[in-house]
Amino acid sequence: MSDTPDERPLLAAQGLSKRYGGQLGCRDVSFELYPGEVLAIVGESGSGKTTLLQLLSAQLAADDGRVLYRTRDGVMRDLALLGEAERRFLFRTDWGYVHQDPALGLRMAVSAGGNVGERLMAVGWRHYGEIRHAAADWLDRVEIDRARIDDPPRTYSGGMRQRLQIARNLVTTPRLVFMDEPTGGLDASVQARLLDLLRGLVGELGLAVLIVTHDLAVARLLSHRIMVMKGGEVIEHGLTDQVLDDPHEAYTQLLVSSILPA
Amino acid sequence: MSAVLELRDAAKSFTMHLQGGLRLPVVAGVDFSVGAGQCVVLTGPSGAGKSSILKMIFGNYRCDDGQVLVHHGGTTTDLARAEPRRILGLRKTVIGYVSQFLRAVPRVPALDVVAEPVMAEPAARAQARAQAAALLHRLAIPERLWGVPPVTFSGGEQQRVNIARGFLPEWPILLLDEPTASLDAANRATVVELIAEKKRLGAAIVAIVHDDEVRRAVADIVIDVTRFSPAA
Repeated sequence: MSDTPDERPLLAAQGLSKRYGGQLGCRDVSFELYPGEVLAIVGESGSGKTTLLQLLSAQLAADDGRVLYRTRDGVMRDLALLGEAERRFLFRTDWGYVHQDPALGLRMAVSAGGNVGERLMAVGWRHYGEIRHAAADWLDRVEIDRARIDDPPRTYSGGMRQRLQIARNLVTTPRLVFMDEPTGGLDASVQARLLDLLRGLVGELGLAVLIVTHDLAVARLLSHRIMVMKGGEVIEHGLTDQVLDDPHEAYTQLLVSSILPA
Repeated sequence: MSAVLELRDAAKSFTMHLQGGLRLPVVAGVDFSVGAGQCVVLTGPSGAGKSSILKMIFGNYRCDDGQVLVHHGGTTTDLARAEPRRILGLRKTVIGYVSQFLRAVPRVPALDVVAEPVMAEPAARAQARAQAAALLHRLAIPERLWGVPPVTFSGGEQQRVNIARGFLPEWPILLLDEPTASLDAANRATVVELIAEKKRLGAAIVAIVHDDEVRRAVADIVIDVTRFSPAA
């Protein structure tokens, strides 16, 4: 973000609500996300974070409210009113989705190069040499040895798989990336490397990111703003260091005070 | 001289919900302004709210009341009410903050920690690193450490990296939280020089300085923050 930021949001959530049977998924969530902005959604398991991410990425239909997204033609479109083909096109071109479990975001039996190249072919790349070259470049960028390009990710370590998933998502230069606990389940040292890598790429590519995490250190390192969720509602929302250094709500104070100093 | 930074009747308290809603007033009626090229030094005993005032200016503490006005580029922003995006924008180009401790990111070498605030443009990277190197050199960080992440540095080395990071960009407003606390005499003198240079360039500075000699050398105005004590 510059001193004169783009004044038009990339994505806007308006009064989003979702119930599962009698149970609340999330209630009346509204916010705007601007180009290049990283918004962390934090809260404990069951607080509605993942439901919200699925609503925002049009994988789940809302009971109430809507999600608007600015497509590349500059028009704000209601995601619920897009056709299935248009939504799929968004997913292939404009969006990335990084799952906590890389096996959900990768094809485990296909080569690493194939995993990255597939996204490019989906947006119309046809030249084998160019696709392979771009895939190899991206393996470099996520610090995977090019020599492993023909190996399938099932032969990779957890950290490498997660980095490959990131390469697969970013190769088409999306404008918005959804991340669901991207560092969950990784060893601390592997986590640090991944975070550092993500931080660099997000800044370099000017990506807008919606990241769900229960790890406040991850939120502090990566995000500009934080939304704190509890029981399906957003209870506190603001600048990341403001929410973490000066939490106002009881639940946020509990979350912040529960961090063990390293 | 016109003010660059103005605090008007600003107040801050904490409500500790985990301690049964205990309310801790920190400061109230904070009222002062800083002009270009001026250095205001905040003094007062530990716990009087000096660091809190810096954080209210930087925006990581929210004010309960009052205004924190930044006059820059023909516009005035009240940081106590501004949108997060506006605050982040000002932090990129207008307000710098040298905290007491370096918040080091794993794996980033010292040189890039220092150069980062001015490295936004890829084209400017080489120049940013060259400027960072010059500043690290001035602050007596040996060259063999420049490529190493500062996590393993001593307290004094980390503080000097932090100072270099804070002094590299040409921020019109600079907030300094005990910049010389763990430095030896030679490095203290360097920091005094750096502050004097910033003042000549027109920066408005708010600093917390415990060392009498340093304070005498840099302060244009000394404000005892106990006068903002909410009990008084």
